[in-house]
Amino acid sequence: MPKDSRVILICSGKGGVGKTTLTANLGIALAKQGLKTAVLDADFGLRNLDLLLGLENRIVYTAQEVLEESCRLEQALVRHKQESGLALLPAGNPRMLDWFKPDDMQKIVSMLSEKFDFVLIDCPAGVEDGFKNAASAAKEAIIVTNPEVSAVRDADRVIGLLNTQGISPVQLVLNRVRPKMVESQEMLSVDDVTDILALPLLGLVLEDEQVIVSTNRGEPLTLSAKQSPAAKCYTNIAQRIQGEDVPIIDPSKEGQGMRDKLRRLMQTKIF
Amino acid sequence: MTLTLRDLLNKLLRRQQTSASTARERLQLVLAHDRTDLSSEVLDQMRKEILEVVAKYVEIDLNEGAVSLETEDRMTALVANLPIKRNSSGTIKIKESTSKTEK
Repeated sequence: MPKDSRVILICSGKGGVGKTTLTANLGIALAKQGLKTAVLDADFGLRNLDLLLGLENRIVYTAQEVLEESCRLEQALVRHKQESGLALLPAGNPRMLDWFKPDDMQKIVSMLSEKFDFVLIDCPAGVEDGFKNAASAAKEAIIVTNPEVSAVRDADRVIGLLNTQGISPVQLVLNRVRPKMVESQEMLSVDDVTDILALPLLGLVLEDEQVIVSTNRGEPLTLSAKQSPAAKCYTNIAQRIQGEDVPIIDPSKEGQGMRDKLRRLMQTKIF
Repeated sequence: MTLTLRDLLNKLLRRQQTSASTARERLQLVLAHDRTDLSSEVLDQMRKEILEVVAKYVEIDLNEGAVSLETEDRMTALVANLPIKRNSSGTIKIKESTSKTEK
């Protein structure tokens, strides 16, 4: 009997905004909270999810062999060492792009849905076939974007495409927010982006150098007990995605000095 | 369109506006076009034709007429603002050609 699992596409349109990092951290955070989670690398051309999870050396089979029926799904899944509730289904050879179709994606996802509570699909950048394949099996989506004009514009394109495919809900994660720059109004604020894209906000992620350190090591930030600013944000998103009523971290609440207060006053909307 | 206290202050002091509000304005404009998939030339052509059609029936101020795309909550609307000229008695001028066709 198939489970009523959540199949979530993690996409952005623009590359390099943090889709794979979000997928890895969200996967770990959900597994930590006791949910069986599968992360599927749908970026066959430029796969990286294995690397961010530190599982690159443990791949034997991939989605390709599963589809060819030369191995069972269980054999291809790579379980995370520390968080055994998380499993990665690696992307196959880039040549998969030549023959992979939405049907194949749906087949893989329905197999995963039988075994997991959450299936997170790490979508490739762009709006071409790779995106369309990845989106074909998703029920809901998370749009990742940065507070930058190009990323927001590309996100808007993707939202339009998701709407026509009937994927719902589509929620927003605003990544790499720098509270100081937002306060001095040299960076789009959370409200600006949610207004422009007209999407509900699932969460935001603060800019954090530790993200780079964690990718160097292949250990997602949410793995460690000591939570850095970005790790707290990822954990917050993992809670909110399950419908837990936790408030979104508010970057403007940071800093209580006179200067911070003045900066916040200058942000007051008067029109 | 949002305006913050800082934006107002910058306007009063004739300083350059903050880059975040520039980004907001540029995005709103570019997204309105992206969402309708209309180039500015096509939009301009459409504006001219709308004005021509309306000008057949009422006298409008061709220099004042504006056709633009406005976006709110993922809905894009084509908004035409066409001031109609009034004569001295305050009534709207109906062109003669119109009354003829109605006969």
